[in-house]
Amino acid sequence: MTDETNPAEFQNKRGGEHSHIKGWGIDRDPKNDPTYPMKSRTDEEIRGYTWERPEQQPVNIEVLKSVERPNITAVFGTSVPPSGLSGAIRRYAFKYSESSYGRWLPLVLADRINVFEGYFDDISKGTFPNIFAERGWKAELRYNRKSFVLKSVLAATLTTAGIILMINRSRR
Amino acid sequence: MLAMNFRGPFRVRADYDQPYPEIEHPEDAIVRVLRTCICGSDLHLYHGIVPDTRVGSVFGHEFIGEIVEVGSSVEKVKVGDKVMVPFNIACGKCAFCKQELYGNCHEANPQSTAAGGIFGYSHTAGGYNGGQAEYVRVPYADVGPTVIPEWMDPDDAVLLTDVVPTGYQAAEMGGIQEGDTVVVFGAGPIGIMAAKCSWLFGAGRVIVIDQYDYRLEFVRDYAQCEVYNFTELEDPVVFIKKTTDSLGADVCIDAVGGEAAGDTMNTLLGRKLLLQGGSTTALHWAINSVKKGGIVSIVGVYGPIDALVPIGNVVNKGITIRANQASVKKHLPKLIEHVKNGIIDPKQIISHRIPLEEVAEGYHLMSTKLDNCIKPVLIPPSA
Repeated sequence: MTDETNPAEFQNKRGGEHSHIKGWGIDRDPKNDPTYPMKSRTDEEIRGYTWERPEQQPVNIEVLKSVERPNITAVFGTSVPPSGLSGAIRRYAFKYSESSYGRWLPLVLADRINVFEGYFDDISKGTFPNIFAERGWKAELRYNRKSFVLKSVLAATLTTAGIILMINRSRR
Repeated sequence: MLAMNFRGPFRVRADYDQPYPEIEHPEDAIVRVLRTCICGSDLHLYHGIVPDTRVGSVFGHEFIGEIVEVGSSVEKVKVGDKVMVPFNIACGKCAFCKQELYGNCHEANPQSTAAGGIFGYSHTAGGYNGGQAEYVRVPYADVGPTVIPEWMDPDDAVLLTDVVPTGYQAAEMGGIQEGDTVVVFGAGPIGIMAAKCSWLFGAGRVIVIDQYDYRLEFVRDYAQCEVYNFTELEDPVVFIKKTTDSLGADVCIDAVGGEAAGDTMNTLLGRKLLLQGGSTTALHWAINSVKKGGIVSIVGVYGPIDALVPIGNVVNKGITIRANQASVKKHLPKLIEHVKNGIIDPKQIISHRIPLEEVAEGYHLMSTKLDNCIKPVLIPPSA
C-alpha cells in the first residue's frame, strides 16, 4: 500500500509560545499526572513521531493501514492478507477512522462472510469441515454427556420434523 | 507445521496448513514452542466479538519456547536459549516503549493506533500468527523474549508471559494503599492473579465476584480472599456498598472484559448484536461499586467499538479509571523474583494439559467451563 500522508504533518507543536494565554501553566504540577506508568517526559517525546525507527520490514503482501497513522509500522503480521469478498469489505472499512462505526461494523460483516469463504476454501482443497471436531464436542461428550445427548436428540428431532414438513408442503 | 487454525466463531482445529515461519525482519527470531496456553481473552476471538479476526489465523499469545533461528540484527538472545515471550510485540524504541508502555508500542501494528501488536490476536492487533503452533515468528527478539532462569519450572514461565503480569498490573493500576478494600470482578486466571497481587500492594480486604462456584472456591483458597457468587446476590453493587459501610470499595478491578454476564441489555448489544465493544456489565458494576474518588482498574479485554458505559457516574463520583494491556516486559524482573521467593506460585492455576492436536476440545472446555476448567496449557508434539 502506498503512503498518502506526510509524517511531518503528524508532528505537534507543543512547547510553543503561550504568553498570549493569561495564566498559562500557572498551576502546573508535574507530579499531578494520572497516566500509567507515570510519564517520564523527554524532549524527544514531545516532538511527536520522531524516534529512531527500526528497519522497515519489506512490504511484500497487502497490509491494510489505519488512516490514523502515517506509515506502515516497522514490523507487521503476515498471517492472513485480505482476499475475496471479505477482503474487499475490509479494504472499504480501512478508509474510515478507528473512531468510526464505518470502520468496525464492515469488519464484523467481513468476518462473517469470511467464515463461508473458509468453507469454500476447505472444500476446494478436498477437505470437508468436520464440524463435530472443530467445535470440540468430543469434550462435551466426555465431560457433559447427559446434556450432549439431550441436545443431540433435540437437534435430530427438530431437523427430522423440519424435513417432514418440507416434504409434505412440496407434495401439495 | 502443526498449528491451531481458526475457522469461524466456535470452530477451530489443529492441522498442518500453516507453513513453517520465516525470518521477515532482521530483528526476528523463530521460536519452537514448548508450552502455550488458551487465555480467557482468546475466547473473545473464539466467540467472534473482536473485529478483523480472519479465518486461517493462529491464536495464542502466551507461550514459551526455544529459539531455533535469529535474524541478522538480533544480539541479546541466541539459538538454543529457552525464552518466555511477552504477549505484546514491542520495538523498544518508540515514544511509548521508552516509557515502558510496551503494550502500546507504535511500531508493531499498522492496522490500529489504539491497539499494540499482540501475537495471535486478530488483525486489529497486528495480524501476527500466535503461539498455538509448533513454531512462531517473534519480532523484535532483543526486546520481548526473556531467557527463562534455569531454576524456573516451564509451567511457571508460560504463565509469566501474560496471566501473572496482567493480574499484577491490574492491582498496581488500582493504586492500592495500605488497608484498602479491593473488589475484583471475575475469577478467571487474571482475576485470580489480580486478587493474589492486591495483597502485595497492601490491600486490607480483597473480595472476588464471579458466577462459577468452582472458580470462586479456587480463588478463595489460592488468593486467601472473600468470594461471592453474583447469581446469589440480589444486586452486586448494593451488596458491595452494604459490606463497605455504604461508601463503596476503594479499588475495583474489571478482570472480565467483553464477555460479562449478568445484564440483558449489555449481553444483547455487546455479545449478540455486536453493536458495542462487548458486554460492559463488569465495568458497570466496578464503576458503581467503587467509592467516590476511588480507582477503577480495567484489564478485561473489550472490542474497539463504542460501549455503553455509565460515564455520568464516573464524573459525579470523581473516579479515576486506569486501563491497559499489561506491559509484561516492565514487570518481569520483579515477578521472576516473586516466583523465586515463593510469593507467587503461578502453575497452581493450571487445570488441564492438552496436546496441541486437541486444541478444539481445549477451546470448548475453556469456553463452556467444563470439568472445572481454569487454565488449560497446550503442549505441541515437538515440545
